[in-house]
Amino acid sequence: MSLIRITSPHVHKPASTADVMRLVLLATIPGVIAMTFFFGWGTLINIAWASLLALTFEAVCVKTRARPVSFYLKDNSALVTAFLIALALPPFAPWWLTAVAVFVAIVIAKHLYGGMGQNPFNPAMVAYALVLISFPVEMTRWTAPFVMLGEGWNVAGFNDTLQLIFGGWSNTADAFTAATPLDEMRHRGGLTTEEAWRASAVLANVGAWHAVSAAYFMGGIFLLYKKIFTWHAPAAFLGSLAVISTLFYLVAPDSYPDPFFHLTVGGTMLGAFFIITDPVSSATSNRGKIVFGIGIGVLVFTIRSWGNYPDAIAFSVLLLNLAAPFIDQYTQPRTYGHKQAKRGAKEKTS
Amino acid sequence: MGKVFAFHGGIHPPENKKQSTRTPIAIAPIPEVLTVPIQQHIGIPAKVLVNVGDQVLKGQMIAAAEGRISASVHAPTSGKVVDISMQPVPHASGLSAQCVVIETDDQEQWSDTQGLADYTALSKPELIDFIRDKGIAGMGGAGFPTDVKLHLGDDHIVNTLIINAAECEPYITADDMLMRERADRIVRGIEVIHHLLKPHHVVIGIEDNKAHAIRVLEEQLKGHPLNIDIVVVPTKYPSGGEKQLIKLLTGVEVPSGGIPADVGIVCQNVGTAAAISDAVFDGKPLISRIVTITGDAARKPQNFEALIGTPFDTLLEAADVDRNALSRLVCGGPMMGFTINDGSIPVIKTSNCVIAATADEMPPAPPAQACIRCGMCEQVCPAELLPQQLHWFAKSRELDKAKHHNLFDCIECGACAYVCPSSIPLVQYYRFAKSEIRNEEAEQRKAELAKQRFEARLARQEQEKLEKEARRKARAADAAKAQAQKAAAPVSQPASSEDELKKLKTAAAVARTKLKKAQTALDKAKADGGDDIAQLDLQFQQAQQASDKAAAALASAEAGQTDAVKPAVDTKQLKTAAAVARTKLKKAEKALASAEEKGQDDLDALRATVKELTQKADAAQQALEQADSGTSAPAVPDTKQLKTAAAVARTKLKKAQSALALAQEQGADNADELAKTVAELEAKAATAQAAFDAAESGSSSAQPQDKTADLQADVDKAKQTLEKAQKALTAAQASGSPAVDKMRAGVEKLEKKYQDAVTALQAVKGSTEKPAAEPELDLKALKQTVSIMRTKLKKAEKALAEAPDDAALADEVARLTQSHDEAKQAFEAGEAKQIEQAAAQGVDLKQLKIDAAMARAAVTKIERAIKKASEQDSDLRELETELVGAQQHADKLNTTLSQFE
Repeated sequence: MSLIRITSPHVHKPASTADVMRLVLLATIPGVIAMTFFFGWGTLINIAWASLLALTFEAVCVKTRARPVSFYLKDNSALVTAFLIALALPPFAPWWLTAVAVFVAIVIAKHLYGGMGQNPFNPAMVAYALVLISFPVEMTRWTAPFVMLGEGWNVAGFNDTLQLIFGGWSNTADAFTAATPLDEMRHRGGLTTEEAWRASAVLANVGAWHAVSAAYFMGGIFLLYKKIFTWHAPAAFLGSLAVISTLFYLVAPDSYPDPFFHLTVGGTMLGAFFIITDPVSSATSNRGKIVFGIGIGVLVFTIRSWGNYPDAIAFSVLLLNLAAPFIDQYTQPRTYGHKQAKRGAKEKTS
Repeated sequence: MGKVFAFHGGIHPPENKKQSTRTPIAIAPIPEVLTVPIQQHIGIPAKVLVNVGDQVLKGQMIAAAEGRISASVHAPTSGKVVDISMQPVPHASGLSAQCVVIETDDQEQWSDTQGLADYTALSKPELIDFIRDKGIAGMGGAGFPTDVKLHLGDDHIVNTLIINAAECEPYITADDMLMRERADRIVRGIEVIHHLLKPHHVVIGIEDNKAHAIRVLEEQLKGHPLNIDIVVVPTKYPSGGEKQLIKLLTGVEVPSGGIPADVGIVCQNVGTAAAISDAVFDGKPLISRIVTITGDAARKPQNFEALIGTPFDTLLEAADVDRNALSRLVCGGPMMGFTINDGSIPVIKTSNCVIAATADEMPPAPPAQACIRCGMCEQVCPAELLPQQLHWFAKSRELDKAKHHNLFDCIECGACAYVCPSSIPLVQYYRFAKSEIRNEEAEQRKAELAKQRFEARLARQEQEKLEKEARRKARAADAAKAQAQKAAAPVSQPASSEDELKKLKTAAAVARTKLKKAQTALDKAKADGGDDIAQLDLQFQQAQQASDKAAAALASAEAGQTDAVKPAVDTKQLKTAAAVARTKLKKAEKALASAEEKGQDDLDALRATVKELTQKADAAQQALEQADSGTSAPAVPDTKQLKTAAAVARTKLKKAQSALALAQEQGADNADELAKTVAELEAKAATAQAAFDAAESGSSSAQPQDKTADLQADVDKAKQTLEKAQKALTAAQASGSPAVDKMRAGVEKLEKKYQDAVTALQAVKGSTEKPAAEPELDLKALKQTVSIMRTKLKKAEKALAEAPDDAALADEVARLTQSHDEAKQAFEAGEAKQIEQAAAQGVDLKQLKIDAAMARAAVTKIERAIKKASEQDSDLRELETELVGAQQHADKLNTTLSQFE
């Protein structure tokens, strides 16, 4: 009788990191559909292109680091990064922009830090922040949603989109582009929010962005239901952003947009359910996640209202990634049988 | 009651319980051989009572509980002991342990066991002892001796008795089936526990997946006089963990590092309750238990009542396990059980389940992926830890941080590893970190102890050095005083030293009393279990040190006194001389032997040398023996023996005390006996000391006449020794032996001793017969007196200079001046007399002194030269002759000089 010797536990929940990642990918589907519906084929093409690049970079890195390639490729984490980058970039982002972003995310932000589980920053957000700073023109050329375009017009067709992404920018393409609502709001000049709402065609058609946000929200709820992450970080982020924008809106409605606007445009929903819930780079304990989420909410509002950039998810997330280990030290849960939770890095020697 | 609280985390693994509950509990076949480990519980292994070849009866105790936390072991059936040896036992590390192997005889002959007709008639301790004798240990898994828990009512207020019927681990149904079929026994067991602990209420905590058992229990408890509640808790692993169940049923948490009794709760397993019932009402010791045999490889999964010691193979066969499908044998549940790889491992008191799993059922764990800090482990941790943080810390060996994150509150339930999507063996990491920390702490304790010991040693050495110095100073002062007094008034000396001795004795007695007090206090504290034992212990040790010191001071003072009264021949030096002579002889012999071997020419010379040396050694030995017998005054051996006796008694006492301390620490039973022994030894030590003291004082107050006689004998003997030694020396010199120097030194010493003895004799004679000793003999003493007088005078003068009007001081100075002058005069007169004496013989003393010094220097020079030469092997003989000449010259001069000094 050859019996194996092994220590407990002897049973294991049939779930793997690959499954977790697959669920995250599944949860992006509503968002992808909404994006494609409103902004055309660009999103899908970007996803495919980014995924191809991500898997290639991942394979090269893993091979260079002398690890089993297929074992690491199968964990789907590179695909998740690729999806998030593709969803965050403008749908007509040129091919090289996506390539740079994916390279930065996979090679620099992930593998140079030690690979899966070791990266202190969210790779997608590192990449996004880098290309946002380096290529502002390309990054602000957002596609106009079809609802904005005049009668008889439609979003660019598949071939046109391919041409735009891989062939190069032509002036005709300007017809497809528009600023984002956050851009409009940020660069409204001396107008009050009320006047901006009336003057801007983009803001008049903000419903497209609302729809996309709603799709992301659905995906997020699905993941929450699947217990892929806990409610703590998203709720804290959305809650704090809502509270702080409400306060300012109530005090000066002319200068600050309403909280609903903050929650439903830009990267808020994508960030709340797909970015800040990245477990690797966020705080670990439940209380820590709440602190983490609140921090991001406050920073997002701050940068959107008074910063140079119209959106702020990437910067806020990266700043709080930095703070996560610190937050962890002060948010240890109270262990069973202990009167109170321990604080700080070390036992006080008294 | 009935409210269910919640505990954090928990998981819902597939239950897999249905398979083994379809058939009632079967009686397992009795195997041919039972292997009964003597330790099936937490604590000290039981002590084997039987020998190989003994016939044992069913229920007969074969190993007795030893120490407080231990459980006895009984023969599961009748048969013959065929072996007592190390056998593989159910253990996570696959260890072997001492087992009694019994060949069964199928008779099932019971030993004479009787239940209690009325257990309430017994006193509580008697009843608990009765249960202890039945070898009952916790049946839930840990195997903690039950009697210890039943004692908890003595020093804790027990509000709640929790009966753990949760059985939360998947697969296991032993408790479930027990409740279904033998609920009456469980309830009777609870009654007994209730009687012993007197809790306010009793709660049976049971998971809601055991509907049948709940129904049976409810039926059983209908109309029961005791306040017993059944609380159904939701099925969630690990709700059957003691701490988790307590939280579920009471909302109270057991403090970290504490036990449930600290919050007024005692937990017992249902199986334990049934076992108590069997023991108390039927007198049946714990010799069998219910074991679940299940798993996909078992074709007839079911529960068996199996005798302790039954090999698992027997049960697997009974459950029709498919050996080909079997891939993993898990002892216990799938979450916390351990694998065994040997079917001959026996059932023990804690074996509740054996899972015969197929490879599909429990596949090997997939390779671990990187931790993505998903936090699923944190969500399920029932101890509310941060498992992934602990994992990182354990992985990077940041043990301090792991400890800070409460690693030791981890109950190793395995929930975190169960949910980990990266399949990281988290529990193994925690076990590793825990054992590393424990090792580290043990190392630290060891190092700390070593450091303390080292420091104590240094302190002791320093203390000894100081004491030695003090003794030396005291001796020097005493000598100076004695000499001064001898010069001034020789009669008053003994009285003062005796006074001092008395003082010392009093001090020693006081120290001993203190020591005893400290001892008593310490013993009392230990008996009462007071908090300040450590402090008392310290005080006791200090008192002991003080006492030892005082005793040492007393002993040294006494020795000093004896020395002062009877300047015996220095046997030590003689001994050294004898030893040296012997060594030389041996060397010479060796040289001779090697020479003989090599066939050298100077054999004859060497032989002569050896012969001479032999003689010399004999002579030295003789001298030593004579000196020995000379020194041994009649009273001395007695005191010596007594001293030794006292020391021996003290040593014994100390040993016994330390043994007692150890025993008390470990809470051993024989502490009282030891304490008695210590008291006896103390008394003995005290008597021995007293006898010694008495002898000492008796010997020191011997009659002066006797002393004179003794001294006379000493002198005679010393003279004889001296003469012999001198003869030997002459012989040695004649033969030019290299040992001459040493011999001469010995002779010189003997001479000195002889002179000392004469002086002592004269002093005693003088003190008894003629108080005024001859002044010329004490030139040195005179010199000292003069210097003392000078110092006194100078002091007085100084005082006078500061207070010129003080008439008394002026008088004093005048008086001192006078006495100083007198002393000086006496000294000068003595010196003059000496010089005169020398001059009378035509010798200039001063010149003589210088000559002697020069001669000595010459000797040293030549000696050095010889040494060098012997290294270079040239002109040796010549130099040696020269040396002998120089030595003779020096000796002559020395002799002459000593005559005048």
